[in-house]
Amino acid sequence: MLDVSVAYDRYKFLGHEFLTWLWFIMDVDQTGIVKTNKDMVSLEMDNRIVLENSLDDRIENIRIKGDDAGLEEAKISLQKGGVVTELNFAFKSGDHEWKFNIKGESLNISSLKSPETGKIEKNDDVEGAVLEKIYLYAKVVSLVENLYNQFIYLRISNKWDDDIVPRIKKWIKS
Amino acid sequence: MGLLSSSVSITRYKVDGEIQDHLIETIMEGLNKNSITEIDNEPIEKTAGWASFDNPYLPDFETSSCVIGDHFVFSLRIDKKNIPAKIIKKYYTLEMAKKLTESGREHLSRNEKKEIKEHVINVLSLRIPATPNIYDIIWNYEESSLWFLSNQKAANEELETLFSKSFRLKLFRLFPYTMAEFNTGLTDKDRDILSTISPTKFMD
Repeated sequence: MLDVSVAYDRYKFLGHEFLTWLWFIMDVDQTGIVKTNKDMVSLEMDNRIVLENSLDDRIENIRIKGDDAGLEEAKISLQKGGVVTELNFAFKSGDHEWKFNIKGESLNISSLKSPETGKIEKNDDVEGAVLEKIYLYAKVVSLVENLYNQFIYLRISNKWDDDIVPRIKKWIKS
Repeated sequence: MGLLSSSVSITRYKVDGEIQDHLIETIMEGLNKNSITEIDNEPIEKTAGWASFDNPYLPDFETSSCVIGDHFVFSLRIDKKNIPAKIIKKYYTLEMAKKLTESGREHLSRNEKKEIKEHVINVLSLRIPATPNIYDIIWNYEESSLWFLSNQKAANEELETLFSKSFRLKLFRLFPYTMAEFNTGLTDKDRDILSTISPTKFMD
């Protein structure tokens, strides 16, 4: 196994490609990911995306935020060779909804808001509340891990270059 | 950010290694031996240690359990004294003036200045209480998985060091490379492909 800090920098592009692929899937056809992720109703991009574009001698970051934000600028950044570095998601499973952010280089989860849980009225309620929260966080952790595994299998297969990349290129240009 | 907060951040880890015997007792002993100690009356600027999830300000692993369901739930507490730079500057300047008057000299050596500064910081450290920061931890031993409820780099580094010292187990942070590396479904051929993979160009 590679030295961890070397591996972090060397392979962070995989996290950026993962987020770019997810945006493409969510925008074009998410049937495949809904089928392979038990209980998923939908996975949508929520209200925030960050892209990074390496220009000649500098790095340009583009942040698009807000419920009514247009994504044209984000697409233009992709057309210029940019990559998605952060993405905010809204995930529905059953009657519940989770919102969270993923940073591509680390795949860390942040700003995770899970469905409401019961109020803690006495000390005896704490244990139940902790277990409920763990269960709800596990839904998002499993989702991210499943999606990333799906991506990795695809990424190392011939299908990536032969089928997925041409489709993503076409989508970026559209 | 606390486990029961309305919004949390999660850094995921794989725990490498096993505890041979008496799992719960061994973990409780590791927590107890490395629990947070108060530094409010000590000339120390920063400390880190374990705290109990249900009572992080009065950690007591001898009487409180950290087992909830299939998980060990506890907290990392990092206490730090934040002495404003302007306060350090004020007392440093006063101490220097005092020393110059006492010695009848016009200048102090670099070493003397350094000693005065260290002395000022030590004295102020005794007067300023440490600010506690608490980060919750959910450890599923059976699945070798640990969630740390913070993405802060410094806090994650403290966790990795203290965890290794307390339990003699190594934590591997999960990020794009390690997540692929620990994916047990990949064949040797898949791993070879992965090791030589390079970024995709989505635009020509």
